[in-house]
Amino acid sequence: MNTKESPMFDDEGREQLYYKICLIRRFEERLLELFSEGQLMGTTHAYIGQEANAVAVIGHLDENDIVVSNHRCHGHYIEYTGDLTGLMAEVMGKSDGVCAGRGGSQHLCNGNFYTNGVLGSTVPIAAGMAYAEKIKATDAITVLFMGDGAFGEGIVYEAFNLISLLRLPILIVIENNHYAQTTPIKVNLAGGLLERAKAFNLKAGEIDSYDVEELYDRFNTIIKEVRKSKSPHVEIIHTHRICAHSKGDDCRSLEEIEIAKSCDPMSIIGKRISDLRIKEIEHKVCQIIDEAESKARAMDFPNIAED
Amino acid sequence: MDENEDVYLLGEDIIDPYGGAFKVSKGLSTRYPERVIPTPISEACLTGFVTGMAIRGLRPILEIMFGDFITLCTDQIVNSASKFSWMYNGQVKVPIVIRTPMGGRRGYGATHSQSLEALFLNVPGLTMVAPSHFHDPGSLLQNAVLIMDNPVLFIENKSLYSRQLITSECAENANTLESIKITSVANKLFPTVTYNVDLNAHSDVTLIVYGGMAPLGVEAAKALYFEEEIAVEVIIPSLVKPSPILDILPSIKKTGKAVIAEEGVRNAGWGAMLASEIYESVYEWIDKPIKRIGAEEVPMPCSKALEEEVLPQISDIKDAIIDLIIN
Repeated sequence: MNTKESPMFDDEGREQLYYKICLIRRFEERLLELFSEGQLMGTTHAYIGQEANAVAVIGHLDENDIVVSNHRCHGHYIEYTGDLTGLMAEVMGKSDGVCAGRGGSQHLCNGNFYTNGVLGSTVPIAAGMAYAEKIKATDAITVLFMGDGAFGEGIVYEAFNLISLLRLPILIVIENNHYAQTTPIKVNLAGGLLERAKAFNLKAGEIDSYDVEELYDRFNTIIKEVRKSKSPHVEIIHTHRICAHSKGDDCRSLEEIEIAKSCDPMSIIGKRISDLRIKEIEHKVCQIIDEAESKARAMDFPNIAED
Repeated sequence: MDENEDVYLLGEDIIDPYGGAFKVSKGLSTRYPERVIPTPISEACLTGFVTGMAIRGLRPILEIMFGDFITLCTDQIVNSASKFSWMYNGQVKVPIVIRTPMGGRRGYGATHSQSLEALFLNVPGLTMVAPSHFHDPGSLLQNAVLIMDNPVLFIENKSLYSRQLITSECAENANTLESIKITSVANKLFPTVTYNVDLNAHSDVTLIVYGGMAPLGVEAAKALYFEEEIAVEVIIPSLVKPSPILDILPSIKKTGKAVIAEEGVRNAGWGAMLASEIYESVYEWIDKPIKRIGAEEVPMPCSKALEEEVLPQISDIKDAIIDLIIN
């Protein structure tokens, strides 16, 4: 049994981390199940395989901090808000969903949490938010989640430029899962992600890990520094998506998918927890998701209100 | 900017002494150094940037140097700024104003002379305002910035920058029979001006114009009155979108004949939108088909001679009105 020493977590702490990852994992699996049964309409972009990233980053934020995410946002949403019922209801299109059924899976807003579905479009918006917080002299930081695919968009570079010039209190987390939908990164991007950040004199780093404890520790340091310096930082997490881009659109070879699966963050932290505890956590998670699903099912569908 | 310290101005080259490409921002950076922000040439990013600022409680104004560049802003206008409030079920507001000069007649050519309002006519959540020389642009801008809670595209026609503002006091003092009336049924914040050469004359035709076309409309009306004794009632909305149709219909019911003249391309333009609405609302009041005047569907040429052929002129308006009356 792998018992990695970590200064940050005791057994209970590790169980909490496992629970958080498991919650996202099983929720996303439940959504994909419901979609394949024809119970849900529309599309979704599951976060399976990347859960540790959300947990590791958002674990250091409070409700005043701002989180901006993208189409693959459920992991970030669940970790930041804990609102499974609202999210389930939103994907079901119900009137008591997060955005009353108007936003759906990829257009979410809850408190200081915002997402939108056009890749790259969120970068200047997050920058403008960080700027507003800087002007208002709040202590909030803005955390933006991006993927490698977004780096095809020109607006990303415009925004990196402005973020650096204005020295904004923003942490940009790039989850490099090596794929933009079905296109591998080496076909998409000339040059490296780190070099792109550094080209704008942005403080930048990268971590190649699927170990939530290691990631948590790393982001503890980074976020403390961003809070203290109130200046930008770009951190690349090399990660793997185990599921398809949305539904049924996974064109990777079996070999590649196996590699992704071998980096499953849930297994890695799971090895440090007893089988009994895992069973208990899985049971609890299943109950929570069942409850969210049945509450959401019971809700009404909305009408278009007259403005 | 005096009234509300959340108002910020961002744009290219707006810092004194230059004060912006058309000098509209001159003096502001000296007076409000913290709140006037010079920016790189990044229209797309800046539109998203001010959207983020606005969601977080500020009231930013973005100056886009030439209205032709609004195309660079389009994704952020359409898919971010105009959508967030509705899409997020009212959880946020996006009080941004994008100010930009549109219009030709200066020989600046294809990418510095356009009137692109028609591209945005059916974007949900977006308001478009265009002052004419009868509308106090300062007070319209104040309403847009301080009162509107969602995105406004504020169109300044270049040819109006050097014109004098004409108020109803001017009309009273002018010792003529000219009349200027103001209505704001369509939108209280962005009123419509009705101009008549002779307040006592019975109107024969309704002419609908906005922004930079207003002076041409008024000149055409004056010429027709004195040369042909045709009384044209000129309706000049400042609200381009949503449709100011409510401020226009009373005149249509009076005259039964309408001409709509815009500087943008005629095909599928503002006139097309208004004409359909007029037919739908007051069909039984209309005597003749509505005429629409606009630019030719061709890139704006640079040469003065060519530009004059492409853009609508006073003579085009006069010809259309005479045709309506005689035929």
